[in-house]
Amino acid sequence: MTQPTPLLQVRDLRVNVGERTVLHSVSLDVQPGQLVVLMGANGSGKSTLGMALAGHPHYSVQGGQALLGGQDLLQLPAHERARAGLFLSFQSPPDVPGVKNNFFIRTALNAMHEARGQEPLDAFDFLASAKKAAKDLGLPEAMLARPVNEGFSGGERKRNELLQLSLLKPRLALLDEIDSGMDVDGVRAVVALVQKLRSEGTAFIVISHYLQMIEQLEPDAVLRLDQGCIAEAGDLELARSIARTGFARARAQAAEA
Amino acid sequence: MTSETVNLGAPDAQPVQQAPALEQALARPYQHGFVTDIESDSLPPGLDEDTIRAISRKKKEPQFLLDWRLAALKRWRAMELPDWARLKIAPIDFQALSYYSAPKSMKDRPKSLDEVDPKLLETYEKLGVPLHERAALAGVAVDAVFDSVSVGTTFRKQLADVGVIFCSFSHAVQNHPELVEKYLGTVVPQGDNFYAALNSAVFSDGSFVYIPKGVRCPMELSSYFRINAQNTGQFERTLIIAEEGSHVSYLEGCTAPQRDENQLHAAVVELIAHDDAFIKYSTVQNWYPGDENGRGGIYNFVTKRGLAAGKRSRIAWTQIETGSAITWKYPSVVLRGDESNGEFHSIAVSNHWQQADTGTKMIHLGKNTTSRIVSKGISAGHAQNSYRGLVRVNAGAEGARNHTQCDSLLIGPHCGAHTFPYVDTARADAVVEHEATTTRISEERLFYCEQRGIDAQEATALIVGGFCQAVLEELPMEFALEAKALLAVSLEGAVG
Repeated sequence: MTQPTPLLQVRDLRVNVGERTVLHSVSLDVQPGQLVVLMGANGSGKSTLGMALAGHPHYSVQGGQALLGGQDLLQLPAHERARAGLFLSFQSPPDVPGVKNNFFIRTALNAMHEARGQEPLDAFDFLASAKKAAKDLGLPEAMLARPVNEGFSGGERKRNELLQLSLLKPRLALLDEIDSGMDVDGVRAVVALVQKLRSEGTAFIVISHYLQMIEQLEPDAVLRLDQGCIAEAGDLELARSIARTGFARARAQAAEA
Repeated sequence: MTSETVNLGAPDAQPVQQAPALEQALARPYQHGFVTDIESDSLPPGLDEDTIRAISRKKKEPQFLLDWRLAALKRWRAMELPDWARLKIAPIDFQALSYYSAPKSMKDRPKSLDEVDPKLLETYEKLGVPLHERAALAGVAVDAVFDSVSVGTTFRKQLADVGVIFCSFSHAVQNHPELVEKYLGTVVPQGDNFYAALNSAVFSDGSFVYIPKGVRCPMELSSYFRINAQNTGQFERTLIIAEEGSHVSYLEGCTAPQRDENQLHAAVVELIAHDDAFIKYSTVQNWYPGDENGRGGIYNFVTKRGLAAGKRSRIAWTQIETGSAITWKYPSVVLRGDESNGEFHSIAVSNHWQQADTGTKMIHLGKNTTSRIVSKGISAGHAQNSYRGLVRVNAGAEGARNHTQCDSLLIGPHCGAHTFPYVDTARADAVVEHEATTTRISEERLFYCEQRGIDAQEATALIVGGFCQAVLEELPMEFALEAKALLAVSLEGAVG
């Protein structure tokens, strides 16, 4: 076995939400620059995996392990997991009324700089790079001066997640249904940004039901989650067959095989 | 005195138990120093006509002012402590207070920053208070060659050139008695309320501003004030008069925490705006709020009112209230001039065991008068925060309009927010709108920030800053940043 140490190493992760066990046992490895697609019926535990890894207080880890670059994620408070390089794009990003987008992102970046003992960003340098990032994503510059997600449409919120992703440049990004609510151009922007960051070494876990986007993302692996366990692992073919026949059939076929 | 009676002489002192007299005398710090004449600098506790006469004599006041004070005392004696606010106030023994003490002599003050409570200095650091201001704020004895004095002199010259009078109230009494006599008590009458009557009887000092006709005051009356307003005493009196077509922005207080030996503060502020005049009055109140357990802290019982007397006159109050154990304060505008406008923008933060009952009154008398109220209340810890507002439209106020936005933010499970909006209108055509929201700092928002690498403490500050943005924007630019820092410091430890 000459596999390099994975960037993300999840072993036998078990997670409760309230009294209910949602993830029974999940194990997966993701290498730098790799992209893993996570599929599964509603309620199969996809979002729970992201929330648990990111440290949401409502998701309590009952057992197992999660290492990011060898660091034990589960021992860290949420903000330190983010500083360690974990980014979660929210399925329904909340708003932060009155706080300007560019200020929010700069605060986040500076928090990470500070954690690494680096100097805070110059406000003008930051604004220049933020404007460029917005332009690359096809977002109006005015979005930077608007309060975070306040009055944004669903699609705009998702694009705003992309903007943050592109500026924060994490080591591992978990995109939870980034495509939902997005128009065609938005989906194209997702693909372009993912390709760019991947070439720079960012690894991705992408939760999606949208085959066309999944195909364009050229995943290294496709996993099907079922009742809190990884039921099937495969490649694009698995995604295509799920898209064709649905999760119920996939479950039945897997049981037969 | 019951055992619950607050010792008003010194906020930090324990309530006096029945300790033997000798022990008491020994425990008391040596007060006299090398000042031999200390007796004549302060009056013994107690309040009667003789007290008033003594104060007036010490300040060498004209007869009209002595008479005015005596009349106020008479009214005050006939009044009862108000208890309608949603506040728990320990009984106050008004006869145990001393109503006059001259400013502390240089010898009694700390000699350098080394002698100042390190906790206080730490807070200055967090707030980014400039180094040269810290000493003055901490009450360190500073020489006359201190930077700010020369700055002050420059300011004074600039103001004098355009005819603006900006001085202490005592100075105005001596040098502009006709203005004081004409306007004093015209907006807040002596008998307005219990604390206003008390202030009218015993007020120590304060500020006086007069802006002549057509003059736009060449500077914010703030930077100057911030470093020079030491020891104005517990019964401040402020009077601002803006003549026709004039314009002034006045800023009171500062973000740095202020300590004071007097626990009770009962100030009165009166503003008068004539035709087309504009007065903007901003307050940052950060008096000592007491400790985490609710011990000590200032009682801040203030009456502030502006009279928009002239046509198209405008008065805008902006306040950031983070300090004091108890705040009881309703900056108001009486809209007498036709087409006059009143605004009230407020942020009130209460943490730990602080109590705030604050809001405004907009009294519409003139035609086509407009008013706007934006109130942001934030409670954390065990604090209670109430917005109390009155919008009154009188029979003659044709075409009056008001809009009120009143938002409360709760942090943690033990605090409370309360809203008491009163609307009293005598006209069917009045447009009075009220919007109110109460929210918590939601876990989802907090987690969103944390997921972006921002820790809970900073995330709270960020969310609170955003919540208050609409009011912060009303503050003078350089001050808005400091105020944001102040909000963060005030809520430290509220989350996480």
